[in-house]
Amino acid sequence: MKVCRRSFLSLIIGGAAGTALSPLPLKLMDDSSIWTQMWPWTPVPEDGEVSHVDSICTLCPGGCGITVRKVRSMIGDRAIKIEGMKGHPVNDGGICVLGLSGLQLLYGPTRVKTPLKRAGARGEGRWEKISWDEAIAEVVKKLGELREKGKSHTVACISGTDSGTTAHLLGRFLTVYGSPNFIRIPSIQDSYELTTYLMQGVQASVGFDVENSDFVLSFGSGLIEGWGSPVRMIKANSMWKERGKVVQIESRLSNTAAKADKWVAINPGTEAALALGIANVIIQESLYHNDFVNNYSSGFEEFKQIVLNEFSPDDVSEITGVSASTIESLAKSFAGASKPLAVCGRGQGETPGSLNEFMAVHALNALVGNINKKGGVCAVPYPDYIKWPEVEMDRTAANGMHKGRIDGAGSKKYPDTRYLLDRLPDAINSGEKYPIEALFVAGANPVYTIPDTKAVKEAFNRVPFVVSFSSYMDETAENADLILPNHVFLERYEDVPTPVGLQKPIIGLSKPVVKPQFNTKHLGDVILLMAKSFGGRIAEAFPWDSYEACLKKTLGNKWDGLVNNGFWADSNFRPAAWEGAFNTPSGKFEFVNKGRAESIKIEGDEQAYPLILMPYDSMRLASGFIGAPPFAIKTVEDTALKGKDIVVEINPKTTRGFVEGGYAILSTPKGQAKVRVHYFDGIMPGIVAIPRGLGHTAYDEYLADKGINFNELIGPVEDPVSGLNAAWGIRAKLIRA
Amino acid sequence: MEEHTKAKKYGMVIDLDKCTGCGACMAACMAENNVPFKKDESNKLDSITWMRVYKLTNGKKFPEAEICYIPRPCMHCEGDHGHAPCVSVCPAVATDYSHETGIVSQIYTRCFGCRYCMAACPYHARYFNWWDPVWPDGMEKYLSPNVSPRMRGVVEKCSFCFHRYQLAMNKAYVEGHRELKEDEYQTSCTQACPAGAIIFGDLNNPGHAVCQIAKPDHKHGGRPMNPNAFRLLERLGTNPKVYYLSSRRWVRRAGDNYIKDEGKQGNH
Repeated sequence: MKVCRRSFLSLIIGGAAGTALSPLPLKLMDDSSIWTQMWPWTPVPEDGEVSHVDSICTLCPGGCGITVRKVRSMIGDRAIKIEGMKGHPVNDGGICVLGLSGLQLLYGPTRVKTPLKRAGARGEGRWEKISWDEAIAEVVKKLGELREKGKSHTVACISGTDSGTTAHLLGRFLTVYGSPNFIRIPSIQDSYELTTYLMQGVQASVGFDVENSDFVLSFGSGLIEGWGSPVRMIKANSMWKERGKVVQIESRLSNTAAKADKWVAINPGTEAALALGIANVIIQESLYHNDFVNNYSSGFEEFKQIVLNEFSPDDVSEITGVSASTIESLAKSFAGASKPLAVCGRGQGETPGSLNEFMAVHALNALVGNINKKGGVCAVPYPDYIKWPEVEMDRTAANGMHKGRIDGAGSKKYPDTRYLLDRLPDAINSGEKYPIEALFVAGANPVYTIPDTKAVKEAFNRVPFVVSFSSYMDETAENADLILPNHVFLERYEDVPTPVGLQKPIIGLSKPVVKPQFNTKHLGDVILLMAKSFGGRIAEAFPWDSYEACLKKTLGNKWDGLVNNGFWADSNFRPAAWEGAFNTPSGKFEFVNKGRAESIKIEGDEQAYPLILMPYDSMRLASGFIGAPPFAIKTVEDTALKGKDIVVEINPKTTRGFVEGGYAILSTPKGQAKVRVHYFDGIMPGIVAIPRGLGHTAYDEYLADKGINFNELIGPVEDPVSGLNAAWGIRAKLIRA
Repeated sequence: MEEHTKAKKYGMVIDLDKCTGCGACMAACMAENNVPFKKDESNKLDSITWMRVYKLTNGKKFPEAEICYIPRPCMHCEGDHGHAPCVSVCPAVATDYSHETGIVSQIYTRCFGCRYCMAACPYHARYFNWWDPVWPDGMEKYLSPNVSPRMRGVVEKCSFCFHRYQLAMNKAYVEGHRELKEDEYQTSCTQACPAGAIIFGDLNNPGHAVCQIAKPDHKHGGRPMNPNAFRLLERLGTNPKVYYLSSRRWVRRAGDNYIKDEGKQGNH
């Protein structure tokens, strides 16, 4: 049979048409879908013997106890769930979103797996893997050069905390090396410590006996949104539901305001005036604690004069927008409660705030005599278990330590402030003092968390040598020259002294739950190795073989108890009695403080920027040095994040010019961003509220490039007394995109 | 032959006055039950959340506006003698009502993804796996062996952490007792809730807190006798086993649909 072109084509086309019309393609498709479904797409988690390890979560300063469930498997122990530790004095079984997501950080793709050295330009993301020996040699070489040139003071270190042995080792290294520039990440802790120092004359952390308080007057603190130790505060809030009252003073209906017994909407930034207005009524009506005020305080008459002359309820009402009758009733219920407590520090307390406001609020506590009392505010001494011999500095170190701090803390202008990180970018960029030649960052992500991101990045670019100790590839690590990755909290030992805001001293012990997953090293060990490489006085200051040995020795007889129970609590601790509590020149509580400052004016021109932009915090979004893990991001509402867009809240009364969920351009004197708009009746007209914790450029695809970082839209505003950042918002404008 | 133990009716009471909307229950659930996550989870229609916290508003203007959070697990409806809305429509018996525990099950290997149950569920408590779950490299290590990860094409929902019930029963059996104590079986969300807003237990057991607080009227379809307690969409007759508490009337009324001007007094 001859095959001609015509019959060939007929066969092909006919065959194709026939096959297409037959059930065969469908059948094949069906078969292949069934077949591919048989593939093991979904993992089958390996089963094994279950065990539990008690530890402490260090993802925030809350210090919660955790119990980690593990399964023994072929690849070694797998941690499979983090739960709250029952019976722990801070959280007693409760746990927050971030804590629950901890394993996503441990096993997640954002870990830095080995020491890295920058290979491309800064921030380009090209890295060369190096060994630990090389990494440490590199740092020691650089530090050695600087020290030889007498420039040891040009080294700075930013640390997430200044308590605990690791932070002490870091601080000790800096001292014996010869740099005064150890800088702690700012928070309301700074303002509270300074307030206690100025009014009570003691250096201590501030504890709040929230569990025993029956009337909480909160000046914008996000009591259940991450203020203090988050889980503890939420627990306390449930107690207040049964036997206590909460009044929230805030211009936005936050969750705290929504849960409070009373929400007082106030003009933003006028909280100090309201506190003094309340003081006015308390004094006017003689509702104050006579014994405390008469016998244990000084300067009351002067305080009284100022308050009576300048802060009558009517005047205050004009400033704050809170009616005079409300002010009076607040004052009466506050002073009338058996254990009243006034607190401040906005949101989660990441911005230190105005010292004036803190002092005004603290004065309220003093007026009702709840200082160092049950249900009140206590000065909690720093735990003193770290008793290392004084360092002996050589001459180079002594010279370096003699130079003033780069951030101006402890200077003539800000004599009592200990750390001023928010001033660092400006100090570096303006070159007013001396350049910073090397910068170390540990347990912190300043490139993300410090206001005015542009200035922070510029400052980083001016520092020739940046070393990050981050476990994760965060914004700061991305902009570093060298990354020496620390173990994450589930892989290392760490002592965790008194969690922020706790009214009694406790020490928690964070323990390794699983073996280090990657080629990381404990920061403590890295410091010891660096010191050893230096030799001389520097090495002598660190007489320990390893961090673990150092920790065991430091904790002494507490070690065994800590290993068994996970925490040590001083059950005998009582806050100092009034007779001996105050170390001021008068020996009493001092009402009148140094220089009463004006209220803080925020940045921006009212004409050009008619609105006010304020951030808000949420338990579902981590806004500190840890970025929100996938579980946390998943819980975020679509009124905060939609797709890759951040959603801002405005009151319908502010303008009706937007479509719900529609785009707008938000601009401030510092920058602008494309946002979506959500109408919310719980926010004061004229204010735009923006969630914090979004807009990461680093981390994984679940977090990065979603929304905008609030810190790109705001800059710091210096408090005139403390020098700390007191910017509670910034003027802004919102136009339809 | 094992003798029958008393029938349980596991249920939950969620105190909305205490709930702070922190989201810990959602994350606790995801961590316990191997719930996957995608790059974008802001489309809440396809975001698998066995436990989801909704936000309610009272619809008033500033400064009278109020908000309330309401966590929503599966309601484990009993309906009329086990005729839960989803159970009645499932053609594959992939979801069933257990008269032994009162838990509505979901058997992934039986489910073929018709999604009738999703249409039938008035609480949007059921989710469909449009994709196979993908964990980033290394993250599979934290997956729990107690709950099987689900494949594309099946429906999943809250199980009241049924695997915890099984583990507790195993332990009880080994220890030689048959009846579980209240604290031996608790869901992951209950355990995690920092506010202590979620209470879990047997509604049939007068010794359990859930029973004492909600005071279910078993003669009348489990209606709560506590005046502050309510159930979602009570009037549909789904007979859910999750009770809510609120001291605020607008919140209680938000739990059901009313025609305009109906019953100004509310049904409590």
